[in-house]
Amino acid sequence: MSGAASVAAAPPLSQSAWARAWPIYPLLFFVIGIFIYPVAQILILSFFDSAGHFSLANYARIATTPVYLQTLIITFEIAGWTTGLAMLAGYPVAYLLANSSARMRDSLTLLVLMPFWTSFLVRTFAWMILLGRNGAANRLLLSLGIVDEPVSFIYNFTGVMIGMVHAMLPLAILTMLSVMQSIDTNLVKAARTLGARGGQSFWRIYFRLSLPGLAAAGLLVFITALGFFITPALLGGRRETMISQVIIAVIQELLNFPFAGALAVLLLVAAGIVFYLYDRLLGMSTLSGGASASELAVRGASSAIARAGAFFGERLIAVLGWLSDRLGDLWDRLFPVRPDRPHRGISRMILWIVGLLIVGFLCLPSLFVIPVSFTSGTFIEFPPQGFSLRWYQTYLGSGNWVNATIRSFIVAGLTAVVSTLLGSAAAFVLVRQRLFGKVAILSLILAPLVLPRLIIAVALFYLYARLGLVGTILGLVLGHTVLAVPYVVITVMAVLKTYDERLDQAAWSLGANKLQTLYRITLPQIRGGVIAGFLFAFITSFDDLTVALFVTGGSTSTLPRQMWNDLLLQVNPTLAAVSTVILVFVTAFVIAAEMLRRRASARAG
Amino acid sequence: MTAARTKLSIRGATKHYGAVTALADATLELSEGEFLTLLGPSGSGKTTLLMMVAGLVPPSSGEVWIDGKLATYAPPNKRDIGIVFQNYALFPHLTVRENIAFPLQMRRMAPARIEEEVKRVLEIVRLPHVAGRLPRELSGGQQQRIALARCIVYRPSIILMDEPLGALDRQLRDQMQLEIKELHGRLGITVLYVTHDQEEAMAMSDRICLMNNGRIEQIGTPQELYFRPKSVFVAQFLGESNILDATVRLAGETVTLAGPGDMVLRGRGDGTAMPGDAVKVIIRPERLRVLSEDEPAENVASGTLKETVFAGGVTRYFVALPDGPVLSAKQLSTGARKEPQLGDTVRLGWSAEHALVLPQREART
Repeated sequence: MSGAASVAAAPPLSQSAWARAWPIYPLLFFVIGIFIYPVAQILILSFFDSAGHFSLANYARIATTPVYLQTLIITFEIAGWTTGLAMLAGYPVAYLLANSSARMRDSLTLLVLMPFWTSFLVRTFAWMILLGRNGAANRLLLSLGIVDEPVSFIYNFTGVMIGMVHAMLPLAILTMLSVMQSIDTNLVKAARTLGARGGQSFWRIYFRLSLPGLAAAGLLVFITALGFFITPALLGGRRETMISQVIIAVIQELLNFPFAGALAVLLLVAAGIVFYLYDRLLGMSTLSGGASASELAVRGASSAIARAGAFFGERLIAVLGWLSDRLGDLWDRLFPVRPDRPHRGISRMILWIVGLLIVGFLCLPSLFVIPVSFTSGTFIEFPPQGFSLRWYQTYLGSGNWVNATIRSFIVAGLTAVVSTLLGSAAAFVLVRQRLFGKVAILSLILAPLVLPRLIIAVALFYLYARLGLVGTILGLVLGHTVLAVPYVVITVMAVLKTYDERLDQAAWSLGANKLQTLYRITLPQIRGGVIAGFLFAFITSFDDLTVALFVTGGSTSTLPRQMWNDLLLQVNPTLAAVSTVILVFVTAFVIAAEMLRRRASARAG
Repeated sequence: MTAARTKLSIRGATKHYGAVTALADATLELSEGEFLTLLGPSGSGKTTLLMMVAGLVPPSSGEVWIDGKLATYAPPNKRDIGIVFQNYALFPHLTVRENIAFPLQMRRMAPARIEEEVKRVLEIVRLPHVAGRLPRELSGGQQQRIALARCIVYRPSIILMDEPLGALDRQLRDQMQLEIKELHGRLGITVLYVTHDQEEAMAMSDRICLMNNGRIEQIGTPQELYFRPKSVFVAQFLGESNILDATVRLAGETVTLAGPGDMVLRGRGDGTAMPGDAVKVIIRPERLRVLSEDEPAENVASGTLKETVFAGGVTRYFVALPDGPVLSAKQLSTGARKEPQLGDTVRLGWSAEHALVLPQREART
């Protein structure tokens, strides 16, 4: 009876809370309709046969056909190696970024962000130019007499590794950086004054505290790498076929949605197992980064695996510290440190060289497409022959390419507008209001970032096929908005968190109503963040191949879709011209967005 | 009494950052068991000097000697020093016990002895029950004591403290001041302390090194700095001062001056003042007396009472002299007696001994 009384008393309060949260509803309904519903449907579909009866036939087929299992193993193998290499190469760069002056950090971060946003297609194409049989690398090696015949860099495992590590490095670096920046620089200094040598203070203190970042980066890279298909398709050989490529083939050649759904479930289960192991070992909270992550509780690790891991981990770190210090001792014996004379930090110098080499590996390849696009020859070659604009003329003279370009701009522009409206409104509610299940709602909105894009694309294809949206601009915009809206939400939330809400209260007290306050006080202050979100959304759409691969075709292609077709069929310098155009646009947008974002958070802070 | 051993000697230490001079030609000695405070406003170079001693900032020129050994460019782990950082810099992933054991492990001490030593210092800082906790589970004051314990456990030659009480609230700060002072006396440790809080510096230090704009202004006991400041900056930074412009008429032990307006003043000089020199006269507010009618004094100034501020035990009077300057006088509150009213003409008096004559210097920038 008392329960009923309290329920009766509660509604007015919660009702108003739900009513006040209205700006988040459009996005919520959108995400449920265009993301959750179709993805759930395609996954559920895998458990039914063509007659609509429950059946595990699809899974039986996967289990009994060796090629699928083999593909799964190869997918894990490729993702695993990619993760290991990306973490190894990313750590020194993240360390440099976290421990250099603010100015240096800003410019280096931009160098890392640029490839993060630059089209996978363009970057993969750049590797084809650089590492092909007649590519720049082979020409150089041949002319120097180091090799007698061209080395096979691509169309094999090496090629896939180069392409995938290159693709995943920015993600790895940025994830590790967020944790490293929260490490108090005094801790290493303290360790040094307490008597630790450089090696011990690095491994036992800094490295130990950066571990959550390393683990989070590993998880994100691994999960993302599982869903890759562009790089293995273009840089790999027959053996390097990943599960996403099989899903694409099943849809495009067999149009077998239930079976594609089953493969998608397999991919998700694989990712889920990795998530689960990660959670058991380290705890999910470390994923969010920040200060709490660096305090990864030693005793919090409850399971036996975790304790064993922690035990061996600590020993390993101690050994690493000891090894580095013996190496340091050796160096000191060769070049003794003298207390009467300043000495150069040799380890810092080595770190800078390694770091800059990796940043170079990250940034330089894409630049190779620019000179190639100006060749006057008929083939892609490096160095290019002569100079001409003929490939730009070919590009602009081709109806297909021009239409694809125009369509890409229209779709990206519409996507950016819709994403910004939906995302900003939701961000206001998420930052400013108490809301039941806020974390769950946020995870829902951000889920498209983690879920393999291919699964979203297949699900949308299935949905659109029945709604007649395949090949329409509307369909493409809706699909791209699912992918782009998380970036808007994240960016606008970040700016709003630093915005002093008392400014709004001041405006109300001075006589402005809520709408006037929004337009005259709040929006002008957070404008930078909103525009940055708009630009990030634009790039996300402009650059997308995965969704476009399914919901466009023939006369309704976008630029990446058109590029993909050509890359598979005939590689010619037109692609270099197109790539250069994409590169220039994306670079300009990223720089503009990043500058706006920084200025916005600097002012608000 | 034999001279105490010199623990730290800094000779002509200088640090440039590009065109900026953070520290210019600092020379300083610290004896065994001494508590010396680097005091100064922010940007005065005190932290640069401390970091130089720690080996975390290499000097541009000059020398640092620790315990009789040249250590100018020695790495921090080879210096035999300990630092208590402003934010304590306790390792967040290690328990209190592991934090305190860290320097001993780095020195390859046997585990059994480490356990003993950790127990010993935890007793000293009176926190034996927190050994198994993580730093974030401790209060600010407890973290402070653990940071101190981590430092004293390996008995370094010098302990450096960089504004260690800055993060604590007022009451806790007063209590920790006493505790650190008491530990210093009990353990006989040598301390180089940095703060911008003059009261903290005076309460804790054997000697104070007052710094300004990258230079050492004056080194001496708190009493020396307070009663015999060598510059206007020192007088202004430590305690309160009334400062009057004056011109020297007659030089000597006691200087005769032409004060503001047509006042004639007498003050104590440092022997450098020559007739005709423009000088500053420094008088502490508590040395000014409100004179009763016809009461004589060596120096007398009369003016209008502008403001009276009653602060319990003491009362302040602000008296405007006819030609501008306002003098502040601090008296023990008398309570019952007839108080002068605002607007009354008040006579202030002070002895020549308490009027310090300092050469007028251009303010350094």
